[in-house]
Formats: sequence, C-alpha cells, structure tokens
Amino acid sequence: MEDKNNIALSVRDLKTFFYTNNRCNKAVNGVSFDVEKGKTLCIVGESGCGKSVTAATIMQLLPTLSRIEEGEIKFQKDDKIINIEKLEKNGKEMREIRGSDIAMIFQDPMTALNPVYTVGFQISENLKYHTNLNKKEIREKCISLLNDMGIPLPEKRVDEYPHSYSGGMRQRAMIAMAMACNPKILIADEPTTALDVTIQAQIFELMDKLKKENDTAIILITHDMGVVAELADNVAVMYMGNIVEAGTADDVLRRPTHPYTKALLESVPVLGRGKNQDINPIKGSTPDPYNRPIGCQFAPRCNWQTESCDVMPEITQINETHQVRCHKYEQFFEKYK
Amino acid sequence: MKKEILKLRGVKVHFPVQAGVFNRVVGHVLAVDGVDLDIFRGEVLGLAGESGCGKTTLGKAILRLVEPTDGEVKYISQDDNETELTSLEKKDMDPFRKKLQIVFQDPHSSLNPSFTIFGSLQDPLKKFGIKSKEERRKIIGDLLEAVNMRREYMDRYPHEFSGGQRQRIGIVRALCLEPELIVCDEAVSALDVSIQAQVLKLLMQLKKEKNLTYLFITHDLSVTEYLCDRIAVMYLGRIVELCDSEDLYNNTLHPYSEALISAIPVADLDKQTKRIVLEGDVPSPVNPPKGCPFHPRCPKATDICKTEVPTLKKYSTNGNEHYASCHLIDLPEIS
Repeated sequence: MEDKNNIALSVRDLKTFFYTNNRCNKAVNGVSFDVEKGKTLCIVGESGCGKSVTAATIMQLLPTLSRIEEGEIKFQKDDKIINIEKLEKNGKEMREIRGSDIAMIFQDPMTALNPVYTVGFQISENLKYHTNLNKKEIREKCISLLNDMGIPLPEKRVDEYPHSYSGGMRQRAMIAMAMACNPKILIADEPTTALDVTIQAQIFELMDKLKKENDTAIILITHDMGVVAELADNVAVMYMGNIVEAGTADDVLRRPTHPYTKALLESVPVLGRGKNQDINPIKGSTPDPYNRPIGCQFAPRCNWQTESCDVMPEITQINETHQVRCHKYEQFFEKYK
Repeated sequence: MKKEILKLRGVKVHFPVQAGVFNRVVGHVLAVDGVDLDIFRGEVLGLAGESGCGKTTLGKAILRLVEPTDGEVKYISQDDNETELTSLEKKDMDPFRKKLQIVFQDPHSSLNPSFTIFGSLQDPLKKFGIKSKEERRKIIGDLLEAVNMRREYMDRYPHEFSGGQRQRIGIVRALCLEPELIVCDEAVSALDVSIQAQVLKLLMQLKKEKNLTYLFITHDLSVTEYLCDRIAVMYLGRIVELCDSEDLYNNTLHPYSEALISAIPVADLDKQTKRIVLEGDVPSPVNPPKGCPFHPRCPKATDICKTEVPTLKKYSTNGNEHYASCHLIDLPEIS
C-alpha cells in the first residue's frame, strides 16, 4: 500500500444519515477512501448519490437534521492525526481547520458569494481569522491571489462587488478564497457545472497549477466522466450512498468492473467517435432514498442482476489499487476484458 | 434533393438597454446580429456556442416567441409555398405555429404545476380544432406511450414526475400538433447523464418515425457530434462556422470552433489532446469588439482581425460545403 505519510485525509466507513418526517435517509452509507497529497480524487455519480453530502461531512457543514452516524475521518495535520468526526461542529478546533487546512469551492458561484460585500472583503475574512497578517498585508495578499487567478486589474477588482464579475471570474474568486491560506485539502463540489466549456478549461488549468505548486490534495466532485478522464489520479464511483468502484483513473476508465461504471461510461456520447457510436441509456431512474431496494442498490437497473444481488455485496480488492462492490464482477470483467 | 424548410436571411434581434429616470434607450444588446441559415427538411441542425452567444434567442426568433428586429424568416411548405413569417399578423401566424414547435430547456419550469398533464397538453389541441375530449385524450395517450410512459400518467401533476419524465412530457407537448420542425433548446442539458441518454435516443427514434426536422440548440459539442447532420457554431450573435458535423471535428476552420472542441473533456484516456485555453470571457454583446468579434481572445489574431469584420465565406472540405468567417483561412473560396 501507499506510504502512510502521503495520505492527507483518510475516511473509513463513514455514515451520514438525514432525519426528516420520522424517516431516515441514509445519504452516505459506509464510504471509505484515502486522499493522497498532491493527487486528485474524483468522486463521480448521478445527482442524489451522496457526493455532496460526503464533502459536507468532511467539512462538518451538515444541516441540523443530519448527523454522522458512524465511521471516522482522519485528517493529518503536520504530524498529528485529527479525527474530524469527533470535533464539535462549531468548536474552536473545527473552525481552525475549516477554511485554512481544508477549504471548499462550491458549485454555484452566483449564490456562494455574498452580494453585499466586496470580493476583497470576502477573501480577506479567511486571512483575518487564520493568519496574523495586518490589514495592509491582507490587502496585498488578496491582490496577489486575484492576480494568480488571472483576474485582470486586481487592484481595482478587489474592491468590486460580485455582481460586476462574470461567472468564470466569480468561480476564480471562489478559488482564490479557498486557496488563501494554502489549504492541504481542497474540496471542489462541481466547480464548473455552471460554467461554459472554455471557462471550464481555464479553471481546470488553474487547479492543476495549484496542485503542482502547493502539493494540495484535491477532492473533485463531478458527474462528468470527461472531467474525470482529464483530471483524476484516483476515482471513486458512488451510487446511492456507497462507493461501488474505486481505483486509479486507469483502473476505472480502462477496465471498469462494476456494471454501473460501465453503464455511466456508455451513456454519454464521446467526442471524436462520430455519428455511429452507440450510446446505451441506463434503464429506469435512481430509486427513492426512502424506499431503497434490498441488497445491491443498483440491482433493479442492472442487466446482470441475479438472486445473489438481494444481499449487499462486500468490497472486493481486485489489485492493490482497484476495488469493486459487486457479486458478478469476475464474470463481468471477463466479458469486457 | 434536399429541400429547405426554413430560410433565414439577415435575422437580427436587438434588445434595447434602458437607463435613467425616463428609461431612455442607451444602447442595444445585439443578441442575434445578422444570421443567414437554411434548414433542410429531415435534417438535424446543431446550434452550438457558449452562453450569451444568442443561440436561444435565435431559436425563439424563428418561432416569433421573440420578435426579430430585422431580417426574414421564410417557411417553405411541402408543396413549395414560401411564406415570410416575420411580417405576418399575430393571428395569421397560427397555422405555422402548428408546424414549428419547441422543447424548452428546463423541464421543471416549463410545465404549469397547477394543471394535470392532460390539462396542460390539451390546450393546443383545443385551439386547433379537436373538439371532443375523448379524441384529445386518445392523441395525448398515444403520444405518452410513444415516449415510453404510461397512458394513465396524463391525469397526474407535474410534481409527480422526475426530471427525465418531465422532459419527455415536454416532448409530447411539442409533438401533439404533428409539427414538421422542432426547436430543441438545450433539451437534455438539465438532465442527469443516464437520463440524458434516454432522451437522446428517444429524440432520434421519434425523428425516424415522424419524419421530423430538429434545430438542436446546445452548448455540448459531444452531443451535437452524436446527433447532428450539420452544425452551426455561434459567437456573439453571429454564425462563425457552419458545416457537416464530421467536418467540424476533422477539418475545423475557425479558431473559435477549434478552441471550443479542444476544451471539451473527453471520457477516453486514449484520446486526450492538448487543450487550447482561451483567455478571458465572451465580450459584452452591448458593445462587441471592433473587427472580428473573436479577435481579443483569438490565439491567432493578426492586424487585419482588429479592423475588418470577416464575412461568412464558402469553402469546401471533403467535397462538402463548409462555411466559416475568418480572415486567416488559406483555402480557396468557392462562389
């Protein structure tokens, strides 16, 4: 296995449940993964599969009606290991970590920025709490951050309000905010879904640069397999609160062993394959989280379903890096090898 | 022989920008700024571009959901009668509304939540003379079955359906008057990947069965490649490239299309290419840059691009017609 010191964040058997109207939604139901320093982990899945909840759990930003039921989130800070799930949500320690050691970029830059404060003020808030810089130094740092993000005229732009920024610039301001304290882990929750492809390319370029320069570990949440192929070092495919397949990008994209991963890859048209490519939709839609299938969650939509699928399959380690949660993976793997 | 269904000539849509106490007009948003386009019967024409380039406005201008400021939209019927749509009175437009339909982008906001599906869908049928309720129920029921939904669903309310189902209802709504052309305005963009494939397949199947023509508006060039016969790429209200879909990917002429294609993340580890990263954002359509509208972001821009506006010229690649508007193409122009 990997060198222990390389792991920035390790999540084991994490369960986060939501309680509404006397019903329980097992949004994240036993998720384990490691994030290495200077690497990108992509979490992929359809809407409602628990990707964003996993991210919110790591940041302890869950709404009041939910809680971490089980499991542990180990964060390596300097040489200490901190169990994030044991910290108080708004306690001193958690607030120290949040924003400075682990930072997050949210999906929609239009709503994540506060319209009544200047962009400079919102970036400097982070620096005010987490560093000892004085006012003048904070302002200089803000300007240099915006400059790094490729925003033109940062001296002027720093005093402007979010409404005078375009979508791409707002997302860059969000990244500047997240990167202000040189975090060890950057969680990006669908950072480019609301943006155009040309702007998306700019943002990815930027994230790649940050990863290389600062050795930041990135957790990138996305639903786009194309993004995964371009950026990921490691991939985790989620379905209904479980990781169904995980491994390096090479493992998962070239040798998918779970029917869901395969189905996801086949359901989108791929550029450059022309008009005659075959796309196969996944039948049905994701089940109601309050009325889940027993056993394997994907079974009702799966072409490989058998009786054995009534029991939740265990995680099987295929090789050192590649793991899958499926009863039939061997036959499946044979067929598509 | 290919026959046109729509001919657009110099279509312009300008929105006034008002400011001040008296709401004086201080400028115009040049949303669509002179588009010439022919749509042929039975084809799927893709209209691609970034947000704010005027794709949706052009789609709506064709149906006169937005009134064009200038230019002509000609509809050519099956027996070769030409009608100019933009100069028609509102009520004279009705028979053409039947032929030209639209599927909207957002399935969540395009259905009225206080009506059942049948309640929403029966209105156009009523208007176009199907008097008996039984008959209307039959038409809608048949169409629901055609899009793989159950007949009984017509008595349910929109909130009972998932996004993919609602989009299919949107398609039924467009289909119920048996149109000849459907404008699909980002019809699959709001859907999850697995559902997106279902709707794409459905659209292709319906096209075959009902002999439809699509104008497919999207920002996703991998979808257009799969679906479209021809693709038009728009930038700041103008068409910059128009050609067969294969030629767009294999013989790209305009630097903007090139950058757009290279920016798309490809879900295939063997096909990773170098991205061309454009700088900056799309300029404001209120005062577009002088010369070629793309020159401030173009990696190849030269002096001529800053002063002269390029026009859409005809070239030939692979023996197919290929239109592009750029000063820097060194292919012989065809008249």
